[in-house]
Amino acid sequence: MKKTGSGSKKEFENLYPVKDAVIKGNVVTKLSMLVMGVGNIAHKQIGKGIVFLAVEVAYIWFMIQSGIHNLSMLPSLGWREQEKVWNEKKSIYEYVAGDQSLLLLLYGIATIFVTIAFIMVWKSAVKSAYKAEVLAAKGKHLPTFKEDIKSLFDQNLYKLLLAAPIGGILVFTILPLVFMIAMAFTNYSKVDEHLILFDWVGFANFAKILNMSDGIGRRFYSVLGWTLIWAIFATGLNFIFGMILAIVINRKETKGKAFWRFCFVLSIAVPQFVSLLIMRSMLQTTGIVNTLLLKYGLIDMALPFFSNATWARVTVIVINLWVGIPYTLLQVTGILQNIPAELYEAAKIDGANAIQTFFKITLPYMLFVLTPYLITQFTGNVNNFNVIFLLSGGNPTGVGDTAGKTDLLVTWLYKLTIDKNYYNLGAVIGIMTFVVLAVVALITYRNTTSYKDEEGFM
Amino acid sequence: MSKASSAPVTGAKIRKIVTNSIVHVILAILAFIWVLPIFWVVLTSFRAEKGSYVTTFFPQSYTFNNYKKLFTDTTILNFPLMFKNTFVIAIFTCIISTIFVLSVSYCMSRMRFKMRKPFMNVAMILGLFPGFMSMVAVYYILKALNMSEGSMIPVALVVVFSAGTGIGFQVAKGFFDTIPKALDEAAIIDGATRWQTFTKVTVPLSKPIIVYTILTSFMAPWIDFLFAKVICRADAKYFTVSIGLWKMLEKEYIDNWYTSFAAGAVLVSIPIAILFLLTQKFYVEGVSGAVKG
Repeated sequence: MKKTGSGSKKEFENLYPVKDAVIKGNVVTKLSMLVMGVGNIAHKQIGKGIVFLAVEVAYIWFMIQSGIHNLSMLPSLGWREQEKVWNEKKSIYEYVAGDQSLLLLLYGIATIFVTIAFIMVWKSAVKSAYKAEVLAAKGKHLPTFKEDIKSLFDQNLYKLLLAAPIGGILVFTILPLVFMIAMAFTNYSKVDEHLILFDWVGFANFAKILNMSDGIGRRFYSVLGWTLIWAIFATGLNFIFGMILAIVINRKETKGKAFWRFCFVLSIAVPQFVSLLIMRSMLQTTGIVNTLLLKYGLIDMALPFFSNATWARVTVIVINLWVGIPYTLLQVTGILQNIPAELYEAAKIDGANAIQTFFKITLPYMLFVLTPYLITQFTGNVNNFNVIFLLSGGNPTGVGDTAGKTDLLVTWLYKLTIDKNYYNLGAVIGIMTFVVLAVVALITYRNTTSYKDEEGFM
Repeated sequence: MSKASSAPVTGAKIRKIVTNSIVHVILAILAFIWVLPIFWVVLTSFRAEKGSYVTTFFPQSYTFNNYKKLFTDTTILNFPLMFKNTFVIAIFTCIISTIFVLSVSYCMSRMRFKMRKPFMNVAMILGLFPGFMSMVAVYYILKALNMSEGSMIPVALVVVFSAGTGIGFQVAKGFFDTIPKALDEAAIIDGATRWQTFTKVTVPLSKPIIVYTILTSFMAPWIDFLFAKVICRADAKYFTVSIGLWKMLEKEYIDNWYTSFAAGAVLVSIPIAILFLLTQKFYVEGVSGAVKG
């Protein structure tokens, strides 16, 4: 690993940079900057040249058809309102479509994406033309189109394999994300009827969310606080209890290990939303748990599982334990068996008891191996939409509040966008979630042993 | 513990027996808690009394009608159709995302190229955004591509479930990392191309992770209900099972459909549970492979 790491700079050295092509390239190479592919065609790489040329033609056609219009609308996001126009001939009112800022924004961003992609193709076209020139000048063999295709199955296999997945990520993950981030800087919301036409407003939404004296701002800090508490408890308790359970099942003296594991793991096999919906219906005021407790006189009043703030918060954390511990159990069992037995034997000889071995050997080892997993879990919990949405729905909610007492940033984001149509504020919340997670992930990575000392336990 | 120390004569042995029984009792209680909700839903699915409000844990009388209703009463909530929709979507999603995930993880594990590190960093950063934040945007993109109406809805769902899966390469990459590189090198010396080493060396050695990937991607459409809800909206013809089950618990349906909801939940869980239990070993191997890498 180290060798490739230190040698990687040379390994990926750019032999035919665009800069060289501009300075040293001959007329044909320079012409390829305008008409892509000419350089390749001149050196008998006809197939490759035609592909480059086709890309250029397609791009220019696209820009003329809609691209230039899309880009020109991006700064204003449109201004024409939908109008009713009297049609004399048919003697009816007809609607003339106005601008739709949302679509203009989407098309504008998509056009920028297409343009960036085109610039990348353009760069490789120029490089390729220059390479053809240099190789031809040296009298070396130029790869034919057939050989280029063949290389896609060999040293360039990654280009072939990554093309579709990266395309998918670009269109359905990155493009939407950029689109949403852009939304955070607009006034796209139900407030003042900006659902069809909206404008750029700069950082106004961020100022609103971060402003303590504003209603939404206060809510933000309380939701953020609860999100962090929730994520820490959900991750930490899951890890600790899951590990203790795994150790207990793993003890030499425990009988029927497979049976116990089966009991716990069974809950993973039930789709999460199903088990969560079941839990919710069981814990309602008239649900089976309350009914039975009342019937046998154990309580006088139904327990407010989801109607009292503290109860609701504890309930979601406990139910999350039910959901999460089996996963930890699966994870940890394998690793437990990997801990070198000599460590335990040595501890035994030194007279350490079970608790000491746990804190001195098992826990540090687990933390070392599982830190990345824990960070993923933490991220997952901050973004744990399902558990909150399906169980408590964020309730209890105060009158007039946009977020309830158990709402996380993500469920609040959902409420703000889907229920309230405050798209801009929702987008800001999404960005803030990202910021929180990025900070936490960075701090934890830097302070863990696996980051400081990679060879620690190996 | 205190009990054990009160009998110092036989010392360690009694102490051991006591600890052991305590451990087993605690395990039994915990296992009971874990199995209880599942057991309860199975009971509910056979319950003859309607509605969600009951006063006894065990049903007063048992029936098969809840299951029958799911498959015969298709006027309001067409469960067989939802099941079929989800199944078809799951199969296509599974094929596409398995190919995507394996391709990306193989490249990240075995090939070295300029964009490798940047790609891995970008994937990590993208993972920190709430997945559903982009949902509204995805919906408008699908609309712009004319995929948000009518018979294109299932296609749109397949695309949504599978298009971005390439980001989730970490687990499979971790597994590939554990396969000795020497095998690849030997194959290349023997004149194999990269493609051949991938298909003939790496893939046959990676059964656990392939099964794991297939399983998780097959399960995605059954488990997700958020994207499905946003994309299908009110178009009941294209509902997936999860939306259907969610609907059954809504106020207007819950009295009539509660026990059938339980039956539906059991039916959805059975295939997934069987698949899961059969492949549990692979699941653990796959996940712990990721930790090693």
